Amino acid sequence: MSTPHPPQVEAADAMAPGDRTPGRARPRRSGTSPARDFGPGFLVKLALMALINALGVWIVLAAWNVGSYGILAGMVVILLAVNIVYFSRRTLPMKYILPGLIFLFAFQIFVVVYTVFVAFTNYGDGHNSTKQDAVEFLLIDNERRVEGSDAYQVSVVEQDGGALGLAVVTGSGDVRVGTAEEPLRTVEDGTASDGRVTEVPGFTILERGAILERADEVTELRVPLSEDPEEGSLRTQDARNAYVFRSALEYDESEGVMRSLVDGTVYSPSEDGFFVSPDGEQLSVGWRVVVGAENFVTAFSDQRYAEPFVKILLWTFAFAFLSVVTTFLLGLFFAITFNDPRLRGRKIYRTLLILPYAMPGFLAALLWAGLLNRRFGFVNAVLLNGAEIPWLTDPTLAKLSIIGVNLWLGFPYMFLICTGALQAIPEDLTEAAKIDGAGRIRMWRSITLPLLLVSTGPLLISSFAFNFNNFTLVYMLTQGGPRFTDTSAPLGHTDILITMIYSVSGLDGSAPRDYGLASALSIVVFIIVATISALAFRRTRQLEEIN
Amino acid sequence: MRRSIPFVAVALGAALTLSACGGAEEPEAAEPTTEETAEEEAPEGDAETLTIWVDETRQAAVEAAAADFEAETGATVELVQKNFDDIRPDFLAQVPTGEGPDITVGAHDWLGGLTANGVVAPIELGDAAEGFEQVALEAFTQDGQVYGLPYAVENIALIRNTDLAAEAPATWDAAVAAGQAAGTPYPILIQMGETGDPYTMYPFQTSFGAPVFVQNEDGSYTPELALGGEAGTAFATWLQQQGAAGVLDTAVTYDVAVEAFANGESPFIIGGPWMIESFEGLNLAIDPIPAAGSQPAQPFVGVAGFYVSAQSENALLANDFLVNFMATEDAQMALYEAGGRPPALIAAADTASADPITAGFRAVGADAVPMPSIPEMGSVWEFWGVTEAQIVSGAAADPAAAWEQMVADIQAALDAA
Repeated sequence: MSTPHPPQVEAADAMAPGDRTPGRARPRRSGTSPARDFGPGFLVKLALMALINALGVWIVLAAWNVGSYGILAGMVVILLAVNIVYFSRRTLPMKYILPGLIFLFAFQIFVVVYTVFVAFTNYGDGHNSTKQDAVEFLLIDNERRVEGSDAYQVSVVEQDGGALGLAVVTGSGDVRVGTAEEPLRTVEDGTASDGRVTEVPGFTILERGAILERADEVTELRVPLSEDPEEGSLRTQDARNAYVFRSALEYDESEGVMRSLVDGTVYSPSEDGFFVSPDGEQLSVGWRVVVGAENFVTAFSDQRYAEPFVKILLWTFAFAFLSVVTTFLLGLFFAITFNDPRLRGRKIYRTLLILPYAMPGFLAALLWAGLLNRRFGFVNAVLLNGAEIPWLTDPTLAKLSIIGVNLWLGFPYMFLICTGALQAIPEDLTEAAKIDGAGRIRMWRSITLPLLLVSTGPLLISSFAFNFNNFTLVYMLTQGGPRFTDTSAPLGHTDILITMIYSVSGLDGSAPRDYGLASALSIVVFIIVATISALAFRRTRQLEEIN
Repeated sequence: MRRSIPFVAVALGAALTLSACGGAEEPEAAEPTTEETAEEEAPEGDAETLTIWVDETRQAAVEAAAADFEAETGATVELVQKNFDDIRPDFLAQVPTGEGPDITVGAHDWLGGLTANGVVAPIELGDAAEGFEQVALEAFTQDGQVYGLPYAVENIALIRNTDLAAEAPATWDAAVAAGQAAGTPYPILIQMGETGDPYTMYPFQTSFGAPVFVQNEDGSYTPELALGGEAGTAFATWLQQQGAAGVLDTAVTYDVAVEAFANGESPFIIGGPWMIESFEGLNLAIDPIPAAGSQPAQPFVGVAGFYVSAQSENALLANDFLVNFMATEDAQMALYEAGGRPPALIAAADTASADPITAGFRAVGADAVPMPSIPEMGSVWEFWGVTEAQIVSGAAADPAAAWEQMVADIQAALDAA
């Protein structure tokens, strides 16, 4: 019969050949543990471990180079664990579990932890990066070209000490040169041709290649026009042209505040990640900060979403439930029909029925959106002879269409698992029932259905959880439409919770993006789905007791 | 020996796991390696790599300009082809991680969002600025700073099939009358779809005097809504009338409209230069969009250009490439020939205007208004089109009320943001 506690069974199976018998027997036979036995198996293991270690060390080095210390630390831990586990004799169960554990951490636990972390930050539009990035942008953004100032063709020069400088020719033909420390000064014996300086005593003119080598220094170089900072400084963005720029902002590293160079206003960092002046003016770009439970409060306090939220929650439940029920019933019906040995060509029918399952969901949804177009869709235009039935634009019909399309997409899966489950029901049970005089309906109710539900129950629950978050179908088929006409939020009759989150947190571009809010709402949806799944699993456990 | 099989399996599993982890890190790991080699080779002058994001319609043209650039500076240009719709979100997400490109192609209306997130750097065009169309430069200007190098100006106009309608209509009513006189299934084709198309409808809205935002004197937009009021309701009422008369139809999507026009099913279609290649074999003329209200019908102008990342490690190369290699007539003409979008550089646009179609779009564009690039615009689109579609389809029975509701909803969304 179906295995009620699969993990234990698998573990026991796995132990059987390795640990219990030969594992213990071998050392006794002349002390050849697999770690010391230089047989072909050990050599293969050694080669694979060498490969893994090489790969791991390469990743560690690469992570070191880019300064990704989190990845570096994680990789070192993984490498140590792998080597200990596979070269030790006492860690046999871990040898089987470790790869799975690593996957679990990399693709599940890390993602979940990161989502939870984001839910407590204000990551989103206006708070897109770190404070350092925000400072950098504010500084470059507030450095403006002095209006009406001259444009120069510039030569990048290197002083004998190695310091970089800029050399330009003024309108009157003077050659002027300066570095970051020394303001621009006129040199008598410099030469120039075509408006570009070609020679300055005490400096070498850098060639293109040498400039590119020190590109960062060149872009950061500011040569003051004079001792008076008000006049601005010469700066080049492309090492060909230079203009006079003046900064309006200055970052005070020691205090962590922005200071205006125009009027001396101090902008200090606020709690929600902006530079704010004492009278409340804030600089345009902020950074990511932890805001605590604020996102959860926003999620439940925005009045515009209160009413549509209830409707959407109910529809989400209805959609997920109806999707599971309809696909299961249709799949079951076909499974029973094609399970009858009297039917000829069963294999061909079965193959044909599985076809919708082989199609990518989003493609099928797009296809159906076209088929169901009010005027030009195949369904209306050809099948219904030009009837203009608003399949996707009438609130009720749109809901029916979505469930219908999901039925088309989903029944092959149910058909597959029901066929498998039906074929697994032992003949002797049905025979025994027949002998006991049970009728067809009685047999179905007392034997087939319960046994079927035992094996398909968990799959039905997972199907429910999947459809609860079936973003692709809704987004591709109706995009949540038709819109509610009586609410102020851009939400529609076929929106489910996950598409609502997508829209509310601006990921579709309709509002400022707010990854923090999106993560917070996703956690709420996760809690709903997890609760329902847990309750449902408890119910199926009761079913198992029928066995 | 029995033991080696599970061993091999497990070790293989671990190898796969690790290589999977490794695979995820590869983009990060790849960068230092190129840099390292760059540093080693630097004395030869063959230095840095410039990464540029382009979409498929611009790749060939940028490649040509990049070849000149590589030859002259010795730098390497790496083009990454991306889906145009993915560029903005990816740029916003990846620039802060240091994984973004040095330069990306983009539309001017992204500007507000890009600056609000600090991912784009200003560029100084210097004297080159004078060579560009005024509207193109203004579109990339915010608060006095230029943030992108414009390369193409595009706008919609009335595309006329000269075999079906000999003259350009002066007003909307004249256009509809001419379309009905032509005896084709559609008097005039305007794409809409079930969620509306406010971009295509905008010239009609402006003809009623209801622009989306209040404009400053210098052409920039303020976040103050202007699409409500009497002018707005007049437009809404007009939408309903045209919907009831069957001239506007929400079942007409872009594909439907283009195909119908290509089959000669209407003398007029409202659309942009991107449609033209679908209309091969038709005799076309480009006319101003006929006004439905009492004011001129002004479509939106979209300007395409190149942005420099605020976190670019090759800012010098990036600026050099844009200012000195992409702002040239040759480069702008190459982009024009690759994508068919009228160039933003006046000299190139003049050359391109030898083609009457391009000249026609350019003439209409001269009176057009730039699409707002302020971040508030995102909240408008979401309500705008759907409301228009609801009014046209009759789902919203009272057009004035629906329009006012929309304005209130947009205002609420702006206030909440």
